[in-house]
Amino acid sequence: MATASPNFPEIKQEQLQPYLHDSIVVPDELQANVLVTTLDKVYNWSRKSSMWPLLFGLACCAIEMIATAASRYDLARFGMEVMRPSPRQSDLMIVSGTVTKKMVPAIVRIYNQMAEPRYVLAMGACATGGGPFKEGYNVVSGIDKYIPVDVYVPGCPPTPEALIYGLLKVHEKVERQSILTVPWYRKDQSEFVPVPRLGPDIFDPRQVELIKETTMKKPAVASAAASGGDAAATHAAGPKEVSSKAKARMEEAKRRAAAKRA
Amino acid sequence: MSATLVAEAPEQTGTLADRLPGGILGTTSDDTEKAYLVAADSIMDTLTYLRDTEGYDFLSNLTCVDYQGYNGKQRKGISERFDVVYHLYSTKKGGGPVVLHVPVPSNDTVPSATAVFPGANLQEREVYDLYGIKFEGHPNLRRILLWDGFNGHPMRKDWKEAYFDEDTKPFRSRHPKGSYEFHEDKLPWGKNTTYPAGWDPDSWEAPVAYVPVSQAPKHLNEAHLDTESIVVNLGPHHPSTHGVFRMLTRIEGETILALEPEMGYLHRNHEKIGERNTYLMNMPFTDRLDYLNSMSNNWGYALAVEKLTGIEVPERAEYIRVIMAEFTRIVNHTWSIGFILNDLGALQTPALYAIEEREMILDLFEEVSGARLMCNYFRFGGVVRDLPAGWLKKAQYLANDRLPRALDELDKMLSENEILMARGRGVGYLPAEALISLSVSGPMIRAAGVAYDIRKAEPYGVYDRFDFDIPTLPNSDIYDRYYIRLLEARQSVRILQQALRDIPGGETNGAPAYASATLSQGFGTIMGGKGGYNLRPPEGEAYGRVEGPKGELGFYISSDGKPNPWRYHVRSPCYINLNALGPMSVGYKLADAVVILGAIDIVLGEVDR
Ligand code: SF4
Repeated sequence: MATASPNFPEIKQEQLQPYLHDSIVVPDELQANVLVTTLDKVYNWSRKSSMWPLLFGLACCAIEMIATAASRYDLARFGMEVMRPSPRQSDLMIVSGTVTKKMVPAIVRIYNQMAEPRYVLAMGACATGGGPFKEGYNVVSGIDKYIPVDVYVPGCPPTPEALIYGLLKVHEKVERQSILTVPWYRKDQSEFVPVPRLGPDIFDPRQVELIKETTMKKPAVASAAASGGDAAATHAAGPKEVSSKAKARMEEAKRRAAAKRA
Repeated sequence: MSATLVAEAPEQTGTLADRLPGGILGTTSDDTEKAYLVAADSIMDTLTYLRDTEGYDFLSNLTCVDYQGYNGKQRKGISERFDVVYHLYSTKKGGGPVVLHVPVPSNDTVPSATAVFPGANLQEREVYDLYGIKFEGHPNLRRILLWDGFNGHPMRKDWKEAYFDEDTKPFRSRHPKGSYEFHEDKLPWGKNTTYPAGWDPDSWEAPVAYVPVSQAPKHLNEAHLDTESIVVNLGPHHPSTHGVFRMLTRIEGETILALEPEMGYLHRNHEKIGERNTYLMNMPFTDRLDYLNSMSNNWGYALAVEKLTGIEVPERAEYIRVIMAEFTRIVNHTWSIGFILNDLGALQTPALYAIEEREMILDLFEEVSGARLMCNYFRFGGVVRDLPAGWLKKAQYLANDRLPRALDELDKMLSENEILMARGRGVGYLPAEALISLSVSGPMIRAAGVAYDIRKAEPYGVYDRFDFDIPTLPNSDIYDRYYIRLLEARQSVRILQQALRDIPGGETNGAPAYASATLSQGFGTIMGGKGGYNLRPPEGEAYGRVEGPKGELGFYISSDGKPNPWRYHVRSPCYINLNALGPMSVGYKLADAVVILGAIDIVLGEVDR
């Protein structure tokens, strides 16, 4: 019987090869029971194999996210089918849809409530950069304006395959981390993202000084705008010139185009 | 297609206009849909008269148009800047609408229609929010899509976004020197925001919103139990609200005393963006309204533009449209059945079964349009391309074989389920008259015994050729709302079987089905090439509506003869059906409210637009 059945210890060894430590040798009789590996690998392997996404749908992309979790695409293959509605229990926030100004304080708050280690995947054109609705007055041009994003998945909406690919990229990222350097075990590095506030328009508490510089510049215009809520005056608050950052980017693009031609 | 409507209109106008109690100030253009101009003082009498005497009991659409800077001949002699527009239909007689325009006096105030049609509630709040028109006598006039404290009323023509380039698209200013300019870089804070001059963020205090749940009675009338009621908030991040929806409830114990929906968390400015787009550019945006049903959204919009321009649709394309719309209805209804059960606590299993067939249908959609969800398949005058070879066969397999079986299976698994019965029977009751006065449409009213379906009441496309019934159920509770969807899906299968059998040209016809009609009307290659961008409908307005899976989906388009619509408004069934959420939930338990919401079947993309 022993000869006919497959050699399980060997197969197991083979499968576990990438996780095993290469310089410590396990005695033969213990090979079926003992594995030697690094702490990083075990830690990352277990984290990536049971990454629980936040049950959190924003817009159209959420429908594809649900389809990904459903039977055809079967997210359970990656240990990710347990979507948790509570941020406290989840490791990954899939921002699946258009982020609006009215919603963004809630999203940032949820992000802050997630326990570290936490990851963010921006799913679709909207979460990545505003998407088709970018110019809208109530639309945020991408969630990365407020919270850090690990993986972006393009598409409108991304197909379930694309989303799975993005999720595997998150897994890869997890696998590359080391317990020695990850920020969430360090004293000084974990930070809350300040929750943006809803004023006449949404504003980021980190940018108050910057905003004040522009809005408080000309008190004469201020009274006119305040009295009538005059839209034209409102709009004048934002300068129309191109900033130096954009100029640099355009120069760069031109240079690249020229280089290509030459 | 809209022949019945056009033919009837002249007889109606002569008589109806004279009969109206307050008289009319005039009518709009003769070329397209005719509207009566009614003075703001007499609007209440007019609405009451239309409802009580003429039988126009359904206030379908209420919106506003800003005519600042409008150069067409329609506004000659009218000095008012805003018009509030009403579309009234009759659920008993069927047929076309009565359209009223009320020029808004200079104090921006008109009487609120809520006294006659309670269903005007949410729509008037939306007009107030986006246009700043005040409705006198409205019980709860506050912002709805945006937040309190927002600066200005964004749908006004002189309100410019932070990312404003030009009034019309495609923008030239984005590529002044050949390379793209990122709009973020023009603003010092790099975000899509703008602040009024002189505004000081440090001293900013958000205005406190007055939410009427606080008005509700403090106690139930139970003398022996002295408990205190509390306000409980659900959402916008909540697993049972089907997206980013929020409900404020006042509960005593678990019984709901008052419930107030809060929305706008997915307000993506469809209408503002739509006014700058060309007509064709709006088509993919309609996909993203009710993102489960892109095909029927396409149809509603195409219908409105076709009405405006008089484009005719070839027969084969009409059949293709019916096929797509009915497949969409099945997708939607199975999905909503699955998620009603989900809300009832049958977590995931029924939903997984229910959306199994959906994937097969999405494959069919992907084959014709290239996308699973956002199909963008319809065009003015037809559809974007013909069916690929072999498609009909697959569709027939689904319609004749697989779908009936799947629906039977769902029926067998769920309909007699004890929990569904116990929690669904008698819960969320609202009588049919109340639902109609609240402007509720779709499966919701058919589950209350009202056989009103636009496919029969005002047939569009080729629906008059098919043999199908409008199922109704009498009880108007959650169980009936669940079951009506199953029955409707069955009828869709029936229509599909006929349409797939009768489609002219059949499988082998490779000739483009849409080309003839549109080419003859001189719109060039409207279906593909550049010509389609420059579609210029004649001046006028049109309201196109279809029986979407969720209810009456309408598109109100006003054109000034330019390539961009002057006004583009979506009459969203989900949004307006939410009028009934509060009245339906009061008196039931908090856990029931979740299911009551689920049985309305909302999609936030369409609620907030
Ligand atoms: S990226 Fe496209 S599909 Fe996704 S939320 Fe935005 S509009 Fe919807």
